[in-house]
Amino acid sequence: MLTSVLIVLFLALIIGSILGFSSIKFKVEGDPIIDKIDSILPQTQCGQCSYPGCKPYATAIAKGEADINQCPPGGDDGVRRLAELLGVEYKPLNEEHGNTKPKSIAVIDESTCIGCTLCIQACPVDAILGAAKHMHTIIEKECTGCELCLPPCPVDCIDMVALQENTENWKWKYPVFSIKNQKQRVSP
Amino acid sequence: MSIVDKIFKFNGGIKTDTRKTVSTSHPIKKISMPKKLILPLRQHVGRVAKLKVNLGEKVLKGQLIAEADGNVSAAIHAPTSGIIVSVEKQSIPHPSGLPDYCVTLIPDGKDTWIKKDPVNWKKIGREETIKKIYSSGIVGLGGATFPSHLKLHNNNNEIKTLVVNAAECEPYITCDDMLMREKSVDLIEGIRLVLHLLGAENAIIGIEDNKPEAIEKLTVLVKKDEHISIKVVPTIYPSGDAKRLIYLLTGTQIAKGKRSAEYGIQMFNVATIVALYNFINLGEPSISRIITITGNVTAPNNYEVLFGTPLSDLIVDAGGVIKKSSSFIMGGPMMGFKLPSVNVPVTKAMNCVINAGSEMVENNSPVLPCIRCARCADACPVTLQPQELFWFSQSNQFEKAENYNLFDCIECGCCSYVCPSNIPLVQYYRYAKSEIIGERHAKEEADIARERNDFRLHRLQREKEERAKKVAERKANTSSDEKSKVIDEKRKAITEALERIKNEEVSEK
Repeated sequence: MLTSVLIVLFLALIIGSILGFSSIKFKVEGDPIIDKIDSILPQTQCGQCSYPGCKPYATAIAKGEADINQCPPGGDDGVRRLAELLGVEYKPLNEEHGNTKPKSIAVIDESTCIGCTLCIQACPVDAILGAAKHMHTIIEKECTGCELCLPPCPVDCIDMVALQENTENWKWKYPVFSIKNQKQRVSP
Repeated sequence: MSIVDKIFKFNGGIKTDTRKTVSTSHPIKKISMPKKLILPLRQHVGRVAKLKVNLGEKVLKGQLIAEADGNVSAAIHAPTSGIIVSVEKQSIPHPSGLPDYCVTLIPDGKDTWIKKDPVNWKKIGREETIKKIYSSGIVGLGGATFPSHLKLHNNNNEIKTLVVNAAECEPYITCDDMLMREKSVDLIEGIRLVLHLLGAENAIIGIEDNKPEAIEKLTVLVKKDEHISIKVVPTIYPSGDAKRLIYLLTGTQIAKGKRSAEYGIQMFNVATIVALYNFINLGEPSISRIITITGNVTAPNNYEVLFGTPLSDLIVDAGGVIKKSSSFIMGGPMMGFKLPSVNVPVTKAMNCVINAGSEMVENNSPVLPCIRCARCADACPVTLQPQELFWFSQSNQFEKAENYNLFDCIECGCCSYVCPSNIPLVQYYRYAKSEIIGERHAKEEADIARERNDFRLHRLQREKEERAKKVAERKANTSSDEKSKVIDEKRKAITEALERIKNEEVSEK
């Protein structure tokens, strides 16, 4: 009787100390699920989801406060991936938050720009270069196309320009065949 | 000369009707100077060359037009003397048919060389010579257009064997064959030079048995050289693919994601070696190449042409098209692509142009469902499972396609060739590959955006804290008495100013 109690106590002590040790040693900083959600989000930082950026939206999803279909730049594909990650049903994109548009970047009409720096302050990824009373310009490579610089501009000199296909970003297309042509050939 | 007999046969491959003899009956031809030369700034793998000339500038033959931008890039030189008349987007030989930036040069007809600067490679070291080659604009002329200087570095002295790719396995193409027949001496000298630059011990020339004339010429030349051997391989497409040829010749299999250099082997195409020889010995940068014009033209032939020559000039010289043919294919019939039009310039990648009837370009037989006969798997030289890759690619299951080693596919087209259902398999693989690459690119951009956003938030936070700290410091430094004194003074100044304005207004009235 006593031996069995001692054995159980002894085992409990060992297992307890292992658990205690590993909870300190292998402590996970932050919430991994938030990072996983964040890595699926397109990082446009546009705030169309009604949260002030991708990370806050990811946090809200993780807490169950936000739905997975509030990110228009991520599109249907993004919703599908989030659904897969979180093991929930896919839902079509919520149109209240906007529609998916082709990727575009902001372009400043430099002759109209008055150098007010308001767009620089609005840009979530510091992609606008310029100083007070000096012309501003967009660093094309860094622009996420979030459109947050449009409303603050007092002279309306920023346009969104859809990215053009060029020899560098061109992709092979899905093979297509004309069925009519094929049918004619099949029937003798 | 050492004779190595054993050939290591790779899986699959196909025997095709090579149709090479149509373009080998005449020697390599040159054409008269074209009216204009169009030089695309992107003719190689890597970063676009940086423009170094101005509009209206007179340039000499061999003068630098655009310099290499970074390590993975290649320079572009003026193929003849003349005037730069424009830098604008023009039609280029690219499967997309989209225009890209090109420099237009109007030749002055004098063809005056800039001062040539041959490299004294015996005197200056290997590294110095390779540095010079960096500015030569030489890229892999077999069609891959990878900057050659990158392949010459042999830092850990790991490269022991130079494999010279003379297989030329694609049907129709004969430019390497003709080069070997006419410039065999340059080629062998070039091989010795590359052996020296690499610090490699021996060279193996891998050549298909359908080029007896070239084999004969080369054999005579390397008879007494114990470092260079010739290995004749059977004509089975795609024996000219880098990894296939290395296996054929040496029995070494290059593992996924590894480079042949890690196995002590480096490979160069024959045309690239001759270009390197010309640069080192004569000081001539990469300004021309040999190209096969064949198919439905009156007089199929090989031409040595300056880069930038309009393709239409070559077609005219080859006697024009025979029948009303629909299109032109750049590269071979197996791996090539349809050119947007004949109004494109000759580039470093252009080894062959076939004037093709519709039977070669379009899939005339109906495309039927896959019956999973696995003939494609039997034919695949990379031992992939093309039927599975097809299934995943056509249903957009890219992750699975990647797991089935989609990126090991060399797009040789053997699977499409043998498919009894006429499925254009390679088109699906190309589609899937470029979608995956696009996705990776988007992911990289997103990562950069995340980092920049994080940094901005961090910066705003820091600024806020600094401001708060400053305010607190000021508060601490100025005692309440002093503060009220300062405020009183300010108030006094304001009231005085207001009164002054009032007085002025009154006096004006």
